[in-house]
Formats: sequence, structure tokens, C-alpha cells
Amino acid sequence: MDFNATLIGEMLSFAILIWFCVHFIWPHLNKAIEDRQVKIAEGLNAAERAHAELREADTRVAAEIKLARQQATEIIDRAQQQANQIIDKARVEAIVEINRLKATAQDDIASMAQRARDQLREQVGALALQGASKIVQREVDASTHKLLLDQLAAEI
Amino acid sequence: MASEQGGLTEYIQHHLTHLTPHASKGGFWAVHIDSISVSLVLGILFSLWFWLKARKATSGVPGRGQAFVEIVLEFVDGQVKDVFHGDRRVLGPLALTVFIWVFLMNAMDLLPVDLLPWITEQFGIGHFRAVPTADINMTFAMSLTVFVLIIFYSFKAKGFGGYMHELFTAPFGANPLLWIPNFLLNIVELLSKPVSLAMRLFGNMYAGELVFMLIAGLFSAGSWLLYGMGIIGYTVWGIFHILIIGIQAFIFMVLTIVYISMAHDHH
Repeated sequence: MDFNATLIGEMLSFAILIWFCVHFIWPHLNKAIEDRQVKIAEGLNAAERAHAELREADTRVAAEIKLARQQATEIIDRAQQQANQIIDKARVEAIVEINRLKATAQDDIASMAQRARDQLREQVGALALQGASKIVQREVDASTHKLLLDQLAAEI
Repeated sequence: MASEQGGLTEYIQHHLTHLTPHASKGGFWAVHIDSISVSLVLGILFSLWFWLKARKATSGVPGRGQAFVEIVLEFVDGQVKDVFHGDRRVLGPLALTVFIWVFLMNAMDLLPVDLLPWITEQFGIGHFRAVPTADINMTFAMSLTVFVLIIFYSFKAKGFGGYMHELFTAPFGANPLLWIPNFLLNIVELLSKPVSLAMRLFGNMYAGELVFMLIAGLFSAGSWLLYGMGIIGYTVWGIFHILIIGIQAFIFMVLTIVYISMAHDHH
């Protein structure tokens, strides 16, 4: 077989066929390839982002838990302090009350003793007067000797 | 090339002659060196190409080459998955090999029909047919391999007894009178698979090649008008043929999957 126009014509057709493939077939394949690459890249990115977000959330949760624990400790401390204060205050108040009650009772005791002493004095005075009148065998005028008697009672 | 009818006939006959060893002079040992060498080269190209991409495959964003291989792989695997519900570790690669290899061999049809013969002629080789799938030996080689796999998987899936039981009782029933008709029908069905598989691919590619040659005959018709029509016709048929080579490769792959998955089915 000789080299002739047949092969030239076939080569021309082949060139057109290649042009056709380049313009109408390859772009579709290319697009499919690029779409796939984009899809995979997006998927990987999304996964990475989700991973980072999860890690960030984890650290945030840890920090939050730490903070909450701190706050709880502070609250407990403050409550204990307050309780101590209340107890102290109550103790002081109780002591004050006790002292007040004690003072009142002592006053009462003193006044009652005074009254008892006065009564006793009067009774002793009266008794002394009776005794004296018996000794003197006569009626002693109480009114005339009142001053004397009172003097006597005071001495007792 | 002469413009009279005899020239075209001679041209086509020349192009339809396979490259065979000089010593063989036809007969059984007239091996078609052109079909074997082209199919081997294409098979090695396909293997190297996919092997390299698979070796360098990353789980990250794929490069363009890897993305293309992944798209092809996903497409083939999807076809297998649709038809065959079992272990795809053998059938998947088989389907991929069939698809890409047949596609590449078919694609040889798009090369100018005189280009490879002209190149080989420079080295003193007179006949060279570039399209291995337009050689009935090649298509039968593949379909008979599929046939062997059908038999193998039939035995593997059903066991010897089960397969024999199916061969003798399947379509009509288990009545002893029906054993022979059942068996004959099953044999016909079985044999028709490789025959139809091979003949379909061979017929399409042979016819396609022949149309290319007929159109190429216009180039030597001796008029510039016919020469221009030849270029247009050759290009249009080439563009149409892109569709055919893809479809034929796809059909061969799908039927291979279907036949082998049918071998797994119990009746």
C-alpha cells in the first residue's frame, strides 16, 4: 500500500475528531472530575471544621465547669461565713439577754430582801414595844413614843 | 489507490487481512499477531495507568488523574452493585477490566484506518488491523473466559449436585420425562451466552471498521467533492462511533456481570 491522499484525508478527519473531543467531550469529563474534587475538598473541610468546633466546645465546656465549681466553692464559703456570723451574733445577744435577766433578778432579790428587812424591823419594833409595855406594866402611848420607837427600829 | 470498484474491494480486503506469521499460511496456527499485540499493549497500558493511580491514591482531595480513576471505578462498582448482591471482590475488578480493556480496544477504531497499517508498512509489515475487538478471535477469547467463569461460579454457588439438579430440572420441572428437554434447553441457554457476547461486540466493531473503510474509499474516488464528503462522512461516523465504542464496552461489561450473577442465583 502506498502513502496517498487516503491517509491524508483520514488524518484530517482524525484532527476534526480530536477537535470535537476537546470541545464537546473533554469539558464534560473535566467538569465531572472538578466537581468531584470540589465535593471531596468540601467534605474534608467540613469534617475538619466540625472537628475543630468540637474541640473548641470541649475546651469551653471544661472552662465553664471549672468556673462553676469555683463559684460553688465561693458560695459555700460565703454561706459558712454567714452562718458563723449568725451564730456569733446569737451568742452575743444571748449573753446580753442573760446578763439583763440576771440583773433584773438580782434587783428583784434586793428589793424583796429590803422589803423583808423593813417588815422585820417594824415587827421587831412592835414586838419591842409590846415587850416594853409589858415590862412597864402600862400602856405606852404609841403616838408619843413613836419617835423613840422608830429610832429603836432603825437601830435594829 | 485506483478509483474503480476493484480498487476499493482490494483496499477493503487488504485492510481486513490480519497480520499472521509468514510460516503459518493460514490454518490453526495463523495467529493474529496484530490483535494480540494491540490488545496486550492496551491491557498493559490500562494496568499500569490504574496501578500507578491506585498506588499514589490519597484519602485527601484527589488529583485530577485519581479523581478520574475514582469516577470510573465508582461507575463500574455501581453497575456491579445494582445487579450482583454478594462479594464484589472478584466481580468488581473483573467488570472494571472488561470495561476499560474493551473500551480501549474499541477506541482503536477511532484512529485513522490507514494510520497504523501505514506505520507498520514502513517496517515492512504489510497487514495490520488495529482493532482487536473487530477480530472474532479476540471477542470469543473474552466471552469464553466469561463462560468458564459462569460454569465455575455455578459449581461454586450451588455445588456439583445442586448445579446438576438445576440443569436437569430447572425450567419445566423435576419429572424424569422432562430431564432431557430441560438439559437440552439449559445447554442451549448456556452456550448462547458466550456466542451472543462475542458476536455482538465483534459485529459492531467489524461493521464500524468496515464503514470507516467504505468512507475512506471516497478519498480515492478522484474528485475533490467526494474527497470533501469523505472528510465530513469520516468525521461524522467517527463522532458517532465514540458513542458505539462506549456502549459496546458497557454492554459487554454489564452482560458479564449479569451472566456471572445469574450463575450465583438458585432456581
